[in-house]
Amino acid sequence: MMEERIDSARDARALLAIAEEVLEAWVRAHGEEPTSEVREGFRLLALHHQGTRGIPSFNACRETCREIAYRYNLAAFEPFHPEAPARLAMMAMLVRHLALFVGGKLEVDGLGDFCCASRPLRGEAARGPGEATST
Amino acid sequence: MSNTNAKYRKVAYYPGCALEGTGHAYNVSTVALGRKLGLEVEEVPNWNCCGAMEVKNIDPKVQTYLSSRVLAIAAHEMKAATVMAPCNGCYHNLKKAEHDLAHDPASRETVERIARKAGDEPYRAGEVETIHALDWIKHGVGEEELRRRVKKSLAGLRVANYYGCMYTRPRHIFPEKDQGPGSESTLKPHFMDDLLAAAGAVNVDFPLKTACCGGAHTLSDSDISTKLVLNILRAAEAAGADVIATECPTCHSGLEMHQARAEKVLGQKTKVVMLYFTQLLGIALGLSPRSIGNHENASEALERLQEKALA
Repeated sequence: MMEERIDSARDARALLAIAEEVLEAWVRAHGEEPTSEVREGFRLLALHHQGTRGIPSFNACRETCREIAYRYNLAAFEPFHPEAPARLAMMAMLVRHLALFVGGKLEVDGLGDFCCASRPLRGEAARGPGEATST
Repeated sequence: MSNTNAKYRKVAYYPGCALEGTGHAYNVSTVALGRKLGLEVEEVPNWNCCGAMEVKNIDPKVQTYLSSRVLAIAAHEMKAATVMAPCNGCYHNLKKAEHDLAHDPASRETVERIARKAGDEPYRAGEVETIHALDWIKHGVGEEELRRRVKKSLAGLRVANYYGCMYTRPRHIFPEKDQGPGSESTLKPHFMDDLLAAAGAVNVDFPLKTACCGGAHTLSDSDISTKLVLNILRAAEAAGADVIATECPTCHSGLEMHQARAEKVLGQKTKVVMLYFTQLLGIALGLSPRSIGNHENASEALERLQEKALA
C-alpha cells in the first residue's frame, strides 16, 4: 500500500515536471529565461503567466494548466483514493494536451488567436495603417 | 421559488450561418426544444453573418459592424430585449461587438459610419442583451422546471460536456460570468452540466471541457487539430463517457470530422459519440430522434441512444 502511495506521488511529480518542461520550451522560444517563481503554489502556473505576457492567445491553455495543478493536488493529497490511478491517467492526458497545444503553437503561431484572444489571425493586416475601413 | 428570468422566455433568435449548414441539427433541435418548453423564438429577420473568422481576419472593425447590425435589427425592428445565439462563434462575436462599442471610440465611429451609409440606425452598446442557448434554457426555464418535465430520463447515460473555447474566452467580453453563485464560470463552465444533470444524465469528470481543439486551424493545419481532438475524445472515453455533449456547431463538426480523420490518417478509432445538448434535452423531454435532427449527426449517435433505450 505504501509502495502505491509513493508511486502515485512520484508519478504526479513526474507529470508536473514534464508540463513545466513544455512551458519552459515555450518561454525559451520567445527569448526569455523560464521563471523559477511560483503562483498559487505552482511553478507551472507562474510559467504559464510568463508565457502569456504579450501573447493573450496563450491563455488557450490556461485551464489545462490549472487542471494539471488540480490533478496533482488530488494525486498528492489522496494517494490511497480508489480513483488515484484514473486521476493520474487523466493528468497524463492533460499534460499530453498541453504538449500538443504548445508544440502546435510553436509551429503555427496563430493557434488560439482567433478564439482565445479574440484577435484576428493576420495581426499585421489588422493592426497596420490599413486598419481603417475603406467602406 | 423560481430563479428563472421571464425576459428570456421570448428571445430574438440569431441562428447564424453554421446552423443553416453543418450545424443544421443544432438549429432544428434548438427550435424544437424551445417549443416543447413553451419558449418563444422569433428569428432575426434579414440577419447577416456575424463576421466570423473570415471578416475578422481582414478587418475586425467591419466584423464589429456586422455583428452590431444583427443587434440593431433585434433592438430597433423587433424591439427585442434579448438576442439568443446558439453558436459559440456568433455568441462570442456579438459579445465582442457589444464590448468594443462600449469601450472603443474607433469601433463606435466605424459602426456609426457604415450604418449611416447603409441608411440604418446604428446599434449602441446596451440596447439588447446577448445570451447563449445555454443561458436561455438555464435562466428561461431552469433545472427545477426541466426536471419536472422530463419524460425519458437520461439516467445511465454518461456524458462529457465539451464547451470549447469561445463560450468563455476571452474573459473580458463576458462581464456577467464569474459573478459568484448562479453565474457561469469561465474557468470551469457548468451550465450544460447542470441542465443535463436535471434531465438525469451522469456528468463524468472531464477536465478538457474548454481545451483547445485547434478549430480555427482545422483547414490550414489539420494534423494539429486531429491530434488535439483525438486527445479530447480519448480523455472523454477514459472518463467513462458514452457521449460528448456539445453546444457549438463548430466544436461539434470539428469533433466529428477529426474523429473520422484520426481513424483514417492515424489509425486511431474512438467510439464516443457527439450530440448537441439540445438533442439530449429533446430526447429527455420525449421528442423523437428525427425531430431533433439525430439523423444528421455524423457519429453513430442514434445507435448509442438505442443501446441506452433512449431511442
